[in-house]
Amino acid sequence: MATKVHMEALSPTMEEGQVVRWLKSEGEEVSSGDILAEIETDKATMELVARGDGLLRTILLGEGGTAAVGTVIGVIAGAEEDIAGLIPADGAGSTAPGPETSPRPDGGPPPAPDGDGHTPPAVDVPPPAPGERIKASPVARRLAEAEGLPLEAIAGSGPGGRIVKRDVVKAAERRVAPVVPPPLPDADFEDVPLTQMRKTIAKRLVESIGPVPHFFLTVDVDMSRTVDARRRFNARLEKEGVRISINDIVLKAAAVALRRHPECNAHWGGNHVRRFNRVHLGVAVAIDDGLITPVVTDADRKGLAQIALEVRELASRAREKRLTPEEYTGATFSVSNLGMFGIHEFTGVINPPEAGILAVGAVADRPVAVDGAVRVRPQMKMTMSCDHRVIDGAQGSRFLATLQGILEEPLLALA
Amino acid sequence: MVGNGAREFDLVVIGSGPGGYVAAIRASQLGMSVACVESEKLGGVCLNIGCIPTKSLLTSARMVAEVRDAGKHGIATGEVTVDLAPAQTRSRQVSDQMNRGVTHLFRKNRVSHVTGHGRLAGPGRVEVERDGVTSALRAPHIIVATGSRPNSLPFLPIDGRDIWSSDEALYVTEAPGTLAIIGAGAIGMEFADIFEAYGTQVTILEALDRVLPVEDEDVSAHIAKSYRRRGMRIETGVRLTAAEATGKGMALSYRDAEGEAHSLVVDRVLSAVGRIPNTEDVGLGAAGVSLSEGGYIEIDEWMRTNVGGVYAIGDCAGGPLLAHKATHEGIVCVEKIAGVTHRSVDYGNIPNCTYCHPEVASVGLTEAEAKARGYEVETGSFPWIGNGRAVAYGDVDGFVKIVRDRTYSEILGAHIIGPHATELIAEFVLARHLESTVEEVETAMHPHPTLSEAIGEGALAALGRPIHI
Repeated sequence: MATKVHMEALSPTMEEGQVVRWLKSEGEEVSSGDILAEIETDKATMELVARGDGLLRTILLGEGGTAAVGTVIGVIAGAEEDIAGLIPADGAGSTAPGPETSPRPDGGPPPAPDGDGHTPPAVDVPPPAPGERIKASPVARRLAEAEGLPLEAIAGSGPGGRIVKRDVVKAAERRVAPVVPPPLPDADFEDVPLTQMRKTIAKRLVESIGPVPHFFLTVDVDMSRTVDARRRFNARLEKEGVRISINDIVLKAAAVALRRHPECNAHWGGNHVRRFNRVHLGVAVAIDDGLITPVVTDADRKGLAQIALEVRELASRAREKRLTPEEYTGATFSVSNLGMFGIHEFTGVINPPEAGILAVGAVADRPVAVDGAVRVRPQMKMTMSCDHRVIDGAQGSRFLATLQGILEEPLLALA
Repeated sequence: MVGNGAREFDLVVIGSGPGGYVAAIRASQLGMSVACVESEKLGGVCLNIGCIPTKSLLTSARMVAEVRDAGKHGIATGEVTVDLAPAQTRSRQVSDQMNRGVTHLFRKNRVSHVTGHGRLAGPGRVEVERDGVTSALRAPHIIVATGSRPNSLPFLPIDGRDIWSSDEALYVTEAPGTLAIIGAGAIGMEFADIFEAYGTQVTILEALDRVLPVEDEDVSAHIAKSYRRRGMRIETGVRLTAAEATGKGMALSYRDAEGEAHSLVVDRVLSAVGRIPNTEDVGLGAAGVSLSEGGYIEIDEWMRTNVGGVYAIGDCAGGPLLAHKATHEGIVCVEKIAGVTHRSVDYGNIPNCTYCHPEVASVGLTEAEAKARGYEVETGSFPWIGNGRAVAYGDVDGFVKIVRDRTYSEILGAHIIGPHATELIAEFVLARHLESTVEEVETAMHPHPTLSEAIGEGALAALGRPIHI
């Protein structure tokens, strides 16, 4: 009696699993309870056990392959048993976009491999015998051939299980993944190698004005809408005992703007520039005998109320000198605000290896020209210090323009 | 005042353009009870003041050129005079016929057509306002398909008299003596073709550095040359700085690409500076539906907004603002709701058509885009002069250009300018959809003598071995 090997739900929340290693090979005898494979779930690597006795006749999902829970990834059966009907035409590890992929209506036999297991070039495909045809697009065939991937090993996501380009690309990635170690300890950033021009810029500027060549960009911001938004937020949050400061909104806006300008959310690494995919903001806090910059991690993904609470909590523990090292390291960019001291405008000193710091002044009513008339508007000046080795004037300016745009129209943070 | 109790449906579609009406019909096919809310005529901009009536006018414009050429065919016409009014009447008749078609399709598919202005009004509820009376519809699924309208420049507001948008241009019965067209996208270029044929001296002003800026650079250059040969004036890289009504028309001031100031006095101005989504008065804000920076509704790959049960398709949900894109979004959205679809919209394979003369059509990447994406690019062009059928037509202006990836011979992009380009492009759309390589397009036999042979020749050219050039 043949038994299908399913990708089982090995953790309560598991939706798909990846085969780390098959512990039994095709043709090997297995009995119920034997460990067949190691499966990586969303939480840990678990063991998949056999639910029947016989030979592991076929493995449908290779090592490194991923399949949804419930997918048939192998068949256990007697040596002579006909198992063709048990193998889904779609193959395992289907990558169809929708969850409701239906089985192939004709339920036909599985695609058989070519004699030498090698895919012939697209232009010379011999007319396939009925039932032997592997549906694959010409581009997919060429790509698979170039990658040395047999089409039989690839699950098709096109109509009727047709193998299309994206299936081959995915299969190639999957195959490569376990072999090549990831280039970086984690994927939270990208190291950009220095171009010759960037090396020259770095060298010349360091010679000119010291180890971190700063330059400064200043903008005026009309804070009318931010002031108004803050008032409305606070009215709404009053019940919860949260009060949002202008600086909290500046932090959130800066984080959103940094996400859109990763070139400014970066570190100088000596021989590369490290651009971060996450935004961790250092927030300068004055303490009795100096200052420290606790870090709001992933500030771009946090709500204003959460940022407000975190900053307040971090600042109070900073004053008590109770911050742990991980709470004041790892910033990708910093913000310093001296507005509460009545400072209109100042420049911050970059904290290496960060490449930028934003110095934020006070919001004050000032006369400005609006549509040709003088109006009084709450204005704020921000000055960004940039490490010129990492950030060029135009890049810093674009970031500041985005930030200014958000503060002048806070709705844009949602865009 | 609120009318009688809310009517219940499985799906309410707000808007009956090429996205909305198709979504409604497909939903009905899938067994849903459907209402489609429309404040104007059925069919939306496409059918009433967009794609369809302009095609009628362009057919008329082409006819003018052909009649002028009739002597070569032994047809004596005497002096040819033109009058835009009958052409506009015909254009209206074409739209009306298509509009009746949608009415018929709704009846056949039992889609309830609700006349009035629809707005989201709380979860699962749409309010429809008509002549001050509000009625309510209820449905677990609501598709917003409210389309777009012409954008305008701040100092060039559409007044319908001196300054037109495409909406007004479709009702003009007298071709102006001189016309400035602001914007050389598809809409600007098509109206240039129409008015030029009916005797208007046309000047096209474009802010970007070329006409039809979404097309391949070779195509932009060719159509500009072709228009100039017809006597139209084209200025690119232009910054319009002011517009003043003179009483008899408009005086425009602009700076050219070199920064030099110019002025241009014309009878009328056609503003064709893009379109903006109709997302203000649909109750989206109150419903909490997220909009992007340009005011478009934000959707995921299944056209779902951030609010459960609310979907958006077509122009109001972002570009490219094309009827066929709206149609496909509508179908995928509805099939997903019904749980029957496995496909998503292939945004990389949307054809782009401009129906001026010579026609322009493309799909996929331009040569520059393909290079920017790091492909190993090879291109080939085949000019119409080498195609027998095109020569017989007397229509040899243009070429077929293929952009291919050298590694896998994938068809990265196809660009046609010339006779029936907008029909011929469909072969490339299908080839790309099926992931054909350039070799397959070449080895597939094209009938002789036809325009379609140029597609096979274009493929050969991209492989470096064209026969007929």
